[in-house]
Amino acid sequence: MDFLSNYDLLGAFWTTVQLTFWSAIGALVWGIVLAGMRVSPVWLMRAFATAYVNIVRNTPLTLIVVASSLGLYQALGVSLTTDKTTAALAITNFRLAVLAFVLYTGTFVAEAVRSGINTVPVGQAEAARALGLGFFQTLTLIVLPQALRSVVAPLASVLIALTKNTTVASAIGVAEAAVLMKTMLENEGQAGTLVFAVFAIGFVILTLPVGLLLGWLSKKVAVKR
Amino acid sequence: MSAAGATPPMIRMAGVDKFFGPLHVLKGIDLEVPKGQVVVVLGPSGSGKSTLCRTINRLEPIDSGVIEVDGQPVPAEGKALARLRADVGMVFQSFNLFAHKTIIENVMLAPVKVRGVASAEARKHGMELLDRVGIANQAEKYPAQLSGGQQQRAAIARALNMRPKVMLFDEPTSALDPEVVNEVLDVMTSLARDGMTMLVVTHEMGFARRASDRVVFMADGEIVEDAATEEFFTSPKSERARDFLGKILSH
Repeated sequence: MDFLSNYDLLGAFWTTVQLTFWSAIGALVWGIVLAGMRVSPVWLMRAFATAYVNIVRNTPLTLIVVASSLGLYQALGVSLTTDKTTAALAITNFRLAVLAFVLYTGTFVAEAVRSGINTVPVGQAEAARALGLGFFQTLTLIVLPQALRSVVAPLASVLIALTKNTTVASAIGVAEAAVLMKTMLENEGQAGTLVFAVFAIGFVILTLPVGLLLGWLSKKVAVKR
Repeated sequence: MSAAGATPPMIRMAGVDKFFGPLHVLKGIDLEVPKGQVVVVLGPSGSGKSTLCRTINRLEPIDSGVIEVDGQPVPAEGKALARLRADVGMVFQSFNLFAHKTIIENVMLAPVKVRGVASAEARKHGMELLDRVGIANQAEKYPAQLSGGQQQRAAIARALNMRPKVMLFDEPTSALDPEVVNEVLDVMTSLARDGMTMLVVTHEMGFARRASDRVVFMADGEIVEDAATEEFFTSPKSERARDFLGKILSH
């Protein structure tokens, strides 16, 4: 077990946590926007969101992550930082990975939120419209608050999947947990099982509390009808 | 329009047709409701009376004809439609209180968000209205914690807090337990006495006789009879209205 102290385990998992955190926030916002577009009265918005969700959701994540690096950064030269030091590449890769996770995970958030919208009785929106609220007010003040409360549990599953999906960022060289695992497996081949166990436990430590916390929250915020 | 110089009716429907697919649910509806009048719409199930009520604030769009509220044609969509709806109070069969907000929050929401009324002012007027409908002590509770009758009275207070020109009631007591129907009808009767213009779709004959000025009787998507309340109940002219009243009033 001694060799473990030769590696920056906490640092690698900290990168995983940061990837997950920023991706989760971005995916939540983007997913809600997409879900809102899918129920919008504007035909073009509905069409865009439907096409986007169905295409991106069915594309392999690795492809999206690599495409954001190859396409955006290397081909189009879109650099997501103004940093000029040697850290610039690492920062860019981290941000490109977050962008890819947001674009991908947003589709799953959108579908969860849309199913939540379908649980809100039609009468709620009718009452809001009858009082003079516009589409946007009806959506943000009445429908979404109730929809989101009913999808906390499915969103927890999306978040857990996202946490584990961040390992794909290793494909574009973001130094998160999976990269370190690969390095350790190469150097400490004789202790392979132990290395696997350490990383498996590491991810369980990250995701288990999230599932428990959101499960509790889901019951607490449920709308009584 | 009405005669020159006179004020326009609060609600005017002329030649209104509405289809649900092949089903012709409103057939050439002509109806005027003058300011301050209480009109009850009666008729058997499926006669189109709820649909008629819902076309007035365009929760149901119409296929042809004209609907005007206070002299203004009902806009098809957008901000203009929202503005018109703000002036038209509506009470639903299933209450439709916002489930994630307390009673007072339900009552305050639209004045603040639609009219831009200060929160304190909306709360003060809202509490007065809740007091008037007898549930001021329930203000901080959530809808699911109230009885049906209390929820419907809260829904009436919510509509009134917008200070509407006219109130539409779409079968307001049909989803209530029998023992609480009267507490809602009492609130509506007092509203009628205060001079509110009202269009009430209902099956409550007692309320119709007691509180309305006029009865519109519908069958199969048409207005079959349109008469002063007393006249309608004592000497209905159409065979269908006589038949309907015979079935309802015989027991």
